[in-house]
Amino acid sequence: MKRILVGIKRVVDYNVRIRLKPDGSGIVTDGVKMSINPFDEIALEEALRIRERGAAEEVIAISIGSGDAQQQLRTALAMGADRAILVETGSGTEGALEPLAAAAVLLKLVEREQPMLVILGKQAIDDDNSQTGQILAALWDRPQATFASKVELSGTVARVTREVDAGLETLEVDLPAVLTTDLRLNEPRYVKLPDIMKAKKKPLEVLPLASLGVATAAKTRVVRFDPPPQRQKGVMVKDAAELVAALHAKGLV
Amino acid sequence: MSRILIVAEHDGTHLNPGTAKCVTCAAALAGASVTVVVLAQEPAAVAAQAAALAGVAQVLTVANPANEHPMAAFLAPQVAALAKEFSHVLGPATTFGKDLMPRIAALLGAPQISEIMAIESATRFRRPVYAGNAIVTVEVAAGVQVAGTVRTASFVAAGNGGNAPIAAVTPAVTLPSHTRFVSVSAASSDRPDLQTARRVVSGGRALGSAEGFKLMFALADKLGAAVGASRAAVDAGYAPNELQVGQTGKIIAPELYIAIGISGAIQHLTGIKDARTIVAINKDAEAPIFEVADFGLIGDLFEIVPQISKLLS
Ligand SMILES: Cc1cc2nc3c(=O)[nH]c(=O)nc-3n(C[C@H](O)[C@H](O)[C@H](O)COP(=O)(O)OP(=O)(O)OC[C@H]3O[C@@H](n4cnc5c(N)ncnc54)[C@H](O)[C@@H]3O)c2cc1C
Ligand SMILES: Nc1ncnc2c1ncn2[C@@H]1O[C@H](COP(=O)(O)O)[C@@H](O)[C@H]1O
Repeated sequence: MKRILVGIKRVVDYNVRIRLKPDGSGIVTDGVKMSINPFDEIALEEALRIRERGAAEEVIAISIGSGDAQQQLRTALAMGADRAILVETGSGTEGALEPLAAAAVLLKLVEREQPMLVILGKQAIDDDNSQTGQILAALWDRPQATFASKVELSGTVARVTREVDAGLETLEVDLPAVLTTDLRLNEPRYVKLPDIMKAKKKPLEVLPLASLGVATAAKTRVVRFDPPPQRQKGVMVKDAAELVAALHAKGLV
Repeated sequence: MSRILIVAEHDGTHLNPGTAKCVTCAAALAGASVTVVVLAQEPAAVAAQAAALAGVAQVLTVANPANEHPMAAFLAPQVAALAKEFSHVLGPATTFGKDLMPRIAALLGAPQISEIMAIESATRFRRPVYAGNAIVTVEVAAGVQVAGTVRTASFVAAGNGGNAPIAAVTPAVTLPSHTRFVSVSAASSDRPDLQTARRVVSGGRALGSAEGFKLMFALADKLGAAVGASRAAVDAGYAPNELQVGQTGKIIAPELYIAIGISGAIQHLTGIKDARTIVAINKDAEAPIFEVADFGLIGDLFEIVPQISKLLS
């Protein structure tokens, strides 16, 4: 069966202005809106389009996280994933896996499911690590095409356009491969109410992290969360002339 | 003692300034010895530039036709084979480094610290999370090998004045055949580079069209500035993707940043937090961009920008 695995990370919604806990131990998540990492929605959308074109048969949404991540997996199923797997960890900061560990977990599932493609986001917008896809590709000893803005499949080859600092780069990779998504790859579909009902009947498998036998001990430790340095609010100028004069006075123009 | 290996970014001819910023980052570790490795088809010219950087103790070169275009699947095993003796392996947090360094980290079994903004000690680092809305201090145990990408906006480039020895090496690895380079769009060369420009003029959705966006180029020409754009402007096709500034675009630290018709979403502000002076031009007095602007001007950009261009002539 031609399968695509998609990473679905549960993160604080991108519209939320995060607040730090006063003791610097983390950010406030109580009562905060949680969503699928935006890049993972794009990853799922791409996988669904590939399946809808007939180039794949099954799309599996995978999340590693606390039991609450089932919500995001249900959303992924409502969007159109065929089944979902939650690798259940503890909750809170202790439960969160580092990219090395998350990739090791994903590799286990790759070995089990034998996908033609794994599509992950280019970064999770909470830790902003941008590592997991690249690490998985290395551990799996397969190609990586990161920051993808266009994916064309033909047979056992993917031609991927990547957003790089210079502009756009195109690579050709043999399948199976790992892709990570950039924002312009596609626009994810909206979930419709009947799909939410249907998603309730789709399979969602929960695997305790310990059952996978993967070494996931953390190699890094977050000592402290601090607020970023704040910029001082500046002055308003009334017109173009005043602005140019102000910049001139500061030696900026 | 820390031995730091920096993977040079280059285009075959020129060393990318991100590399010299990694050298500055590494030099913050007292007593560290800094090695730069240049992987290229023909590394000599780039290696000479790396050897001239103040603070570099040694340059290694790996000449291989497979290194003509930087592809992580090829570069990572070569770097990993050379990295065993090093305590830290760093690259710039550019798309080059973001693509490559985690693949190296995986081969080394080393944790990666992404977007390092400060090295406090050999085992303690600071980095932004949540689009820069929090800064975390991260620690690894003593003796753990670490990979990292360096947030280039946080460091000035190391200057010249070095004269490091250059040694050719040949890592014993077999390279894969599963990845092939097809093409890369040529970078436009006649304008200042967005990542290193001292001045940047940046346009948003309000420009309304690719035609409208030309106003940005005209103003940039007057200022000798690079041009940037918001995601909305890029998504709408007014500006090419390499101009995007922000959490998922480029993170820059120019002396002057002029945001025109940009609302100032969190994800955009992440990219300009280190700009020395921010100017905002927006018709909405409530736009969040004004909260971070040193100089704000409320009004219609289509009137104001031509006036500024004229005043600068
Ligand atoms: C995961 C994720 C990552 C993202 N990454 C980035 C990123 O890297 N960079 C980025 O920029 N965005 C990013 N975004 C998008 C971001 O959230 C905003 O949607 C985007 O920055 C808005 O762009 P804008 O300010 O040009 O458009 P808008 O928010 O639509 O603002 C347009 C502004 O123009 C003003 N205006 C309109 N007409 C005029 C006029 N005639 N004269 C003067 N002012 C006028 C309006 O008052 C308004 O403030 C990301 C979003 C997500 C979800
Ligand atoms: N806990 C997780 N669960 C599911 N997918 C994940 C998880 N962590 C990382 N990923 C995937 O890896 C991508 C990059 O994450 P990161 O390396 O943390 O920035 C994300 O966009 C996801 O697709």
